[in-house]
Amino acid sequence: MIDKTTNQRAWLLVLPVVVLVAFNALIPLMTVINYSVQETFGNNVFFFEGVKWFEQILHSERFHAALLRQLTFTGIILLIEIPLGVAIALAMPKRGPWVSVCLVLMALPLLIPWNVVGAMWNIFALPDIGLLGRMINGMGFDYNFTQQPLAAWFTTILMDVWHWTSLVVLLAYAGLSAIPDAYYQAARIDGASAWSVFRYIQLPKMKRVLTIAVLLRFMDSFMIYTEPFVLTGGGPGNATTFLSIDLVKIALGQFDLGPAAAMSLIYFLIILLLSWIFYTLMMRNEAQ
Amino acid sequence: MAKITLDRVRHSYLEQPASPADWALKQLDVVWSDGGAYALLGPSGCGKTTLLNVISGLLQPSGGRVLFDDRDVTGVPSDRRDIAQVFQFPVVYDTMSVYDNLAFPLRNRGIPEDQVKSRVQQIAGMLDLQGVLGNRASGLTADGKQKISLGRGLVRSDVNVIMFDEPLTVIDPHLKWQLRSKLKELHQEVGATMIYVTHDQTEALTFADNVVVMHDGQVVQIGTPVELFDKPKHTFVGHFIGSPGMNLLPCEIRDGFPSFLGHRLETAAAVEVPPGTARTEIGVRPEFVRFGDAGLPVEIVRVDDVGRYRIVAVQHKSHTIRLVTPEDVALPESSGHLVFDRDRTNVYADGWILE
Repeated sequence: MIDKTTNQRAWLLVLPVVVLVAFNALIPLMTVINYSVQETFGNNVFFFEGVKWFEQILHSERFHAALLRQLTFTGIILLIEIPLGVAIALAMPKRGPWVSVCLVLMALPLLIPWNVVGAMWNIFALPDIGLLGRMINGMGFDYNFTQQPLAAWFTTILMDVWHWTSLVVLLAYAGLSAIPDAYYQAARIDGASAWSVFRYIQLPKMKRVLTIAVLLRFMDSFMIYTEPFVLTGGGPGNATTFLSIDLVKIALGQFDLGPAAAMSLIYFLIILLLSWIFYTLMMRNEAQ
Repeated sequence: MAKITLDRVRHSYLEQPASPADWALKQLDVVWSDGGAYALLGPSGCGKTTLLNVISGLLQPSGGRVLFDDRDVTGVPSDRRDIAQVFQFPVVYDTMSVYDNLAFPLRNRGIPEDQVKSRVQQIAGMLDLQGVLGNRASGLTADGKQKISLGRGLVRSDVNVIMFDEPLTVIDPHLKWQLRSKLKELHQEVGATMIYVTHDQTEALTFADNVVVMHDGQVVQIGTPVELFDKPKHTFVGHFIGSPGMNLLPCEIRDGFPSFLGHRLETAAAVEVPPGTARTEIGVRPEFVRFGDAGLPVEIVRVDDVGRYRIVAVQHKSHTIRLVTPEDVALPESSGHLVFDRDRTNVYADGWILE
């Protein structure tokens, strides 16, 4: 039998992390959970309601509509940004002075504060004074994103693609640069076509960074708030009211703390679940 | 199968090479005969890989021609030169199975699937890969992956030459030996020309029938391992091959015979120094120097016992000379006289042997 020395002082070393996590995650989360099972009519008086708010949210058509809009939006931007990002990364120069120029240009949209992005695109796309809006109308299309749901979606997606494709490009480019020259040389000797090189060398070697890119873009786009809030405010009507915008309306507009708390927990669980599914699917082959 | 001729090939990675140092390959004229096992030996940065890439077509030489048999292939891209190359780090297509990896070069060339199958089975048999044909290539160990790289070369029946660019770098020492014997065996079985690039003299000398020694962008000697040992054509070959390398001592030539700091040394025949020579040296391998009753007086500075023989370092004035003596030969106390084997003492003018 080995004698173990017991030294409780080790707990002190963990304490800073415990405090940090408690204040930025656990305590706020507990507050939300607390709200989600109670009803209040003000004056800091609360009544226990059980799972009533959860049931209400899960059966609410308003929530279903916002969730559907959210899934559609995220699906569309993933389908555009991931292939586009990979294509741009493939087209970028491998070496030479232009590499830095391209990287800086690519990084620029990522450096702009999110509300500024929203404001920029709002003005840029206005049909009367915005450059984009006037151009589209000048080409003979009837375009007004403040009134037409389709135009609002188009503008929001274009804005997100402009803002975030760079992230995919930078990640994909990093993955591509890590491929040793010998792979390309071997492929040339083996007589591989450009498509085979992409399919059997570049894509598999980029897989890890692309997994990260898909996860980041999924989570960020699923939580998107600032840019569409500034651009369209969720309108026209509720056309671009995504989950986070709807949540803020319920919590701060209507001040329904219980339903809002229940909704944020469901929202959180959906993101967690979908992220887990994405991750498992993309990593499944790796494990074999 | 083909004879490979390099005709005045030279290469520089710079746009405007000015000084001789700008050339990665100075002028090369080499003929590799069909079916030979060659090693390309030289220190890192001497131009070995550049030369290999010129032959495989991954690099266009700045000047000169590359001929396969009598066909000029200088401008022909790699995939149409019918060559195979195994790289320093194993290159496998991670997502494919071992079978698909081996079949890849054949499928790219549009060969019918039944022929692909029989060929892959045959090559897998040679390389002992039958058991893992269905496995993912990414799951194999480094030596298994290197076998796949090699297999992708062997699988094509039309390869003119298989080139190896330091293929054993990432292989465990005890597997190196196995894989090297496998290569030798395959060479006899397949009969393709093989060029093996390495900076390790043991690898070069055990693999090859002919060793091409490169130094500073030039080929300094092509010969069998015995020739390189007995008659190094250049002082570089002398000190690069052999352990320890050849002793090189500055000398003057008087009446056709060298003299080292006033000591006249015997050589097999009188030599004639070409006019304009800046520097003459004598070279003698440590194996051909011994202690004698009379000769060059030296002080013993160090004795290293390396098992079956000893390496003795001695000094004459500030010049160090090494000799290899058998374990059972008694050494003088602290000083003695050296005798050089006259048939094995060579004279070099500006680095090149005088004959």
